Amino acid sequence: MFDVTVIGAGSSGCAVARELSRFDISLCVVDKESDVCEGTTKANSAIVHAGFDALPGTLKAKLNVRGSKLMPGLSKLLDFDYKRNGALVLCFDKEQISGLEELALRGAENGVEGVRVISGDEARQMEPALTDEVVAALYAPTSGIVCPFGMTIAFAENAAANGAEFRLSTAVTGIERSDAGYVIHTDKGDIETRTVINAAGVYADKLHAMVSGLPMNITPRRGEYMLLDREAGGLVSHTVFQQPTKMGKGILVTPTVHGNLLLGPTAEDIDDKENTATTRAGLAEVRAKASLSVKGIPFGKVITGFTGLRAVGDTHDFIIGECEDAKGFIDVAGIESPGLTSAPAIGEYVRDIVASLLPLKEKANYIAERKGITKFASLSDGEKNELIRREPAYGTVVCRCETVTAGEILEAINRPLGATTLDGVKRRTRAGMGRCQAGFCSPVTISLIADKLGLGLLDVRKNGSYTDKESGADENA
Amino acid sequence: MREFDLVIIGGGPAGMAAALAAKLEDIDNLIIFERGDELGGILNQCIHNGFGLHTFGEELTGPEYAERYIEQMILNNIPYELGTMVLGMNENKEISIISRERGAETVKARAVILAMGCRERPRGALGIAGFRPQGIYTAGTAQKLVNCMGVVPGREVVILGSGDIGLIMARRMTLEGAKVRAVVELMPYSSGLKRNIVQCLDDYGIPLMLSHTVVDIKGKEKLEGVWVAAVDERNTPIPGTEEYFPCDTLLLSCGLIPENELSKSAGVELSPLTNGPSVDESLQTGIAGVFACGNVLHVHDLVDFVSEEARRAGLNAADYIKCGTTPECEPVEVRPGNGVRYTVPSRIYCECAEDKVHIRFRVTGVFKGAAIVVKSGGRELFRKRGRIFVPSEMQDIIITRDKLGGVDSPIEVSVEEALK
Amino acid sequence: MTRELTCIGCPMGCELTVEVENGEAVSVSGNTCKVGENYAKTEVSAPVRTVTTTAHGEGGIPVPVKTAQNIPKDKIFEVVKEIKSIRVKLPVSVGTVILTDAAGTGVDIVATKNVE
Repeated sequence: MFDVTVIGAGSSGCAVARELSRFDISLCVVDKESDVCEGTTKANSAIVHAGFDALPGTLKAKLNVRGSKLMPGLSKLLDFDYKRNGALVLCFDKEQISGLEELALRGAENGVEGVRVISGDEARQMEPALTDEVVAALYAPTSGIVCPFGMTIAFAENAAANGAEFRLSTAVTGIERSDAGYVIHTDKGDIETRTVINAAGVYADKLHAMVSGLPMNITPRRGEYMLLDREAGGLVSHTVFQQPTKMGKGILVTPTVHGNLLLGPTAEDIDDKENTATTRAGLAEVRAKASLSVKGIPFGKVITGFTGLRAVGDTHDFIIGECEDAKGFIDVAGIESPGLTSAPAIGEYVRDIVASLLPLKEKANYIAERKGITKFASLSDGEKNELIRREPAYGTVVCRCETVTAGEILEAINRPLGATTLDGVKRRTRAGMGRCQAGFCSPVTISLIADKLGLGLLDVRKNGSYTDKESGADENA
Repeated sequence: MREFDLVIIGGGPAGMAAALAAKLEDIDNLIIFERGDELGGILNQCIHNGFGLHTFGEELTGPEYAERYIEQMILNNIPYELGTMVLGMNENKEISIISRERGAETVKARAVILAMGCRERPRGALGIAGFRPQGIYTAGTAQKLVNCMGVVPGREVVILGSGDIGLIMARRMTLEGAKVRAVVELMPYSSGLKRNIVQCLDDYGIPLMLSHTVVDIKGKEKLEGVWVAAVDERNTPIPGTEEYFPCDTLLLSCGLIPENELSKSAGVELSPLTNGPSVDESLQTGIAGVFACGNVLHVHDLVDFVSEEARRAGLNAADYIKCGTTPECEPVEVRPGNGVRYTVPSRIYCECAEDKVHIRFRVTGVFKGAAIVVKSGGRELFRKRGRIFVPSEMQDIIITRDKLGGVDSPIEVSVEEALK
Repeated sequence: MTRELTCIGCPMGCELTVEVENGEAVSVSGNTCKVGENYAKTEVSAPVRTVTTTAHGEGGIPVPVKTAQNIPKDKIFEVVKEIKSIRVKLPVSVGTVILTDAAGTGVDIVATKNVE
């Protein structure tokens, strides 16, 4: 019997789990995927929004601004990549400048610091690659960029270190009420729990409907992106938005924390909650619209395209709270943009809801800090030598594009909640994330995973879960 | 800090031939840094034959060709360090390396030969829409899995791109029991050698679909199939021509890119046409004492040409180490004209050049009954008629020293097309 | 009968025109060397190929191999099957015969790489 079970190991679910792991309760996190951050969290703009966009008074506004304030401290405490790079919202039409001013006012009302409208020329001074069509811009100095995988894995590892039990590759098939709370049926058996946190992303409505008669509808909104080589990463230093519309914040052009250039997303509401395919039309739209903002984008340096699905609710705001007709069942739904930014604040917000249901007593032995995987490339020669002397695997560079060593890949596999797939290794170490997109390193990474997990070379997966046969679990049973 | 007269970055065919040439010119304080755990580079996974006709007068497989050079390395006491990755280089030719045995280290060189080879263009660069499932590999990655690790990645295969590695892998996968459904090529011609179309596709009844491309990829976690469509003259897919091919493996053979991250870190100027360093006729880059050869300079189709080019780089680096002089005359620009995509070199010191100057280049399309013409101003320096010139074959012409005397305006290499 | 062939003797890939009578080449044109003529003559009567593949070495390590000479084209799959049926003792060096008279062709299979 768990006190709390979180369904969904994305950024919201893991942030909630981390926050709750501070307390003396039993905690479980369930996800159908084989790794954390496999849904909406793995494919988005990776922006820490300043908070000028959300309407004052909404949950989005409140949690966005709070999340943005928490982020710098958390990134140090939990050792994930974050950078405050500032953002510009571009206006291409003199008639629309009032819209920027409105955003600036909204920002001030939401408590965002330093937001102001600047002229097109001022904007071009800050970002020389902006097109001549830019007539004005909103400047938001507190906007930032973050590694979504890094952040979510950090939350998850920290939660696990504090006793949260992660059940991955476990799909929820039904939820029933019980005397103590709920029984969650999964393809790997039942989980008994006093309370449930529904952080299931695009599937939050399906889970909600398992216990509640109140309507909830989550529409997957497809967003397609292009990622460019680090050689192109210096084209802009700020995150460059276009004036928002009702479909979202438009196509952005931004550096990533790892120095790539990211373009996107499109915005298209679809029915299929699994459709993360890119489309020719979508990629063409990204290309065309990004070129409105920034000139000279080297499209020849695109290294990959990807699609994310935002979980869009019907209320235009985050839906966070205990279900009125299902006591102890807490929805964390409709977490579209600025969900990633808000995640730490969502953790706090949900903590307070849980506190009203269960006694939350702080743990005596809570581990607040978490150390990430060694970043070999950033070490000095002396530190590198020290490390190689201790563990020679750090002397073998496996991924040449991102300079990732065998030592780092082994760390990624061996950690608690370690990587089991090529994508898992990639998200933890960046091996395979670079310009050759794993062409060079994947044979070696496959060998390392196979060796550590006791798999055949052919059985090592790029993504997804191992069947019992592949993993040899049936032999051990 | 260890100091060397000559550091050669890369122990593949280019690095070995360059080292050998320099060593035979009495450059003894030299070293090869190789990131793999054996010499030979990409040849080790190219187990097919067709190598060495020019160099050794017989047809060898890739590993056999490599072995001939490795024997020479040992015979001539040429030092090399394996498992050694070069992480960076600066304009003072200080090179930072790392290995399990020696850790992180910075060494200094008087001269450097860049011989890092090339890499394959990934899917993202091709902009293919669809899911990103398991089962999509570059042809070279699949080649490594099959030939070096004994892992055959799939049973039903579609290959996009008819580069030589793609064609070779079509046969290779077939011999390993897989069904290769088609080789799909965007262009109206193959970018691979004709002999490979005959002996890798025709022999096994594998269709080559020219002017076609993959437009969509099905399968979220594991590849289930691809949609292939015909393209028009502007390489745009034609709606209504889509055809579905079920497959669990898609191999990409869509071009190679010289691997020049290191060159860039040292400030070596690159040619936007080749993506390799811009060099003079001695294969020297814009930084004195830094030379480049093989696929890092421009992508070759024959290893024999790589070895020959690398030999020249080795000789010229030896000359530089012994004499240290830079040419006293002014370089003349070499540029591609009609029908020519690029030239190597991109400049020639005409007054100080060696007796024979190689110009290597590729044509932009298929030309029948055309002539290669080299001109400077109004002066014709070279002319060669050929039955057929194709983009898949690198052209190599030699201009003799006597033709270059007094040349001071840009040299243009072009294809003079046959009258229609 | 006239047959159009592409020579595989070297990377030039000469386009050959072969006049064939009773399964034998009576004239070859389009070749630029003797290799092309020989290729055309064999190709129209009894085509042959050199086969390269890998054999299974101990411990699952692949050993690159080739047919020491050309074999009949229609024997390719049989030869590969026989190569795959054996296990090669390591170490092995370039040129070592790992299988004699593969699939009754009279041709040996040799290692093409030093594998330890």
